[in-house]
Amino acid sequence: MGNATKATTDATFAQDVLQSEKPVLVDFWAEWCGPCKMVSPVLEEIAAEHADKITVVKLNIDENPETARAYQVMSIPTMSVFVGGQVDKSIVGAKPKAALIRDLENYL
Amino acid sequence: MTNSSNDRVEKVVIVGSGPAGYTAALYTARAELEPLVIEGAIDGGGALMKTTEVENFPGFPEGIMGPALMENMRAQAERFGARFVTDDAVSVDLTAQPKTVTLDDGTTYRAEAVIVATGSAYRYLGIEREQDLLGRGVSACATCDGFFFKGREIAVVGGGDTALEEATFLTRFADKVTLIHRRDTLRASKIMQERARQDPKISYAWNSEVVEIKGDGVVSGLVLRDSKTGELRDLDVSGLFVAIGHDPRSGLVAGQLDLDPEGYVLVKHPTTATNIDGVFACGDVVDHVYRQAITAAGSGCAAALDAERWLAARGEAAVPPETELTVVGAH
Repeated sequence: MGNATKATTDATFAQDVLQSEKPVLVDFWAEWCGPCKMVSPVLEEIAAEHADKITVVKLNIDENPETARAYQVMSIPTMSVFVGGQVDKSIVGAKPKAALIRDLENYL
Repeated sequence: MTNSSNDRVEKVVIVGSGPAGYTAALYTARAELEPLVIEGAIDGGGALMKTTEVENFPGFPEGIMGPALMENMRAQAERFGARFVTDDAVSVDLTAQPKTVTLDDGTTYRAEAVIVATGSAYRYLGIEREQDLLGRGVSACATCDGFFFKGREIAVVGGGDTALEEATFLTRFADKVTLIHRRDTLRASKIMQERARQDPKISYAWNSEVVEIKGDGVVSGLVLRDSKTGELRDLDVSGLFVAIGHDPRSGLVAGQLDLDPEGYVLVKHPTTATNIDGVFACGDVVDHVYRQAITAAGSGCAAALDAERWLAARGEAAVPPETELTVVGAH
């Protein structure tokens, strides 16, 4: 895990994500997911470059099945942007940086 | 992920990074051509990155995991001097002298020779809501998404080895897998058919086509049509895995390279030469007959040897003198 993103858990999700004042991008991932690993460094960069606008957190779905189930995650990576405690946008599937920036432009 | 200087004219640029691309990289590297491989921002390694055990690639009597095999191929090419860029090629100009390959981040590379090894992409049914529900119950990758269907009832549509492989893999998670096929015989290999036949979790919907995907936000069921009688029926499933084949990824070169009616790149068999001098194509973007990792690797080798000989014939064995420094499209 890099510096710009931090891990969230079932226990800390409300505090880290739902109660955040800034939009939070939640990266649902797992150790066995190849595309998740491709996307991870890209999210690190986005988190570092846009720290003032958006927070990026990572949720390991093997360790935190409750949250994954609660938000009906059915494929990973799923990147969901939470605004005011609700899912504002969900991006399913790995994408290159340029495409992710385009998807997130409303928040950056 | 910064890009190297682009005032240089590469001897060979390889677009694509499956078995074809990496084998081409290995051979051109060993020919001391310092190949540059555009391996894709997230697709590096190609189709085998999304499979588990590969049992039919020769040399591995116990089988090998797809990602591990690709990791090995990449490392082997790198050992001899292949260089990699983890980005996507978004446009090429193969009629230019030298040829150019432009990436998503704006960088343009110039090359004497180009090897196209872009492979193929999942084919989808093309019915309404299929794309909307991708990742929400519709998937084309069992190894990626099977995990999310533990204890559920799901469907796989297709009749070839991929469909059976997906169905068999999914029985690790799902309680029931229904294989939907529009005919009443499978074209899959005998061994795969036998494995599936013996699996109590796999049942069959023969002579059936998916005409509708139901569900609000996530898949809740399918409507099937009998391909003989036209009769409709419901199938209650929470997942649909599409395994009906692949389409060639030739969009990048369409309009420049000659393609066959289905979009596969045409080559001057038995070589890998395309209609453009100095452009070679290999792997699943060319082959729709065999489409195996080993045949792709073999054609990647052929493309590398074709490129090497072409360059040698042009007297390009030495690095050409640099012309004026023209930095194209750098950001």
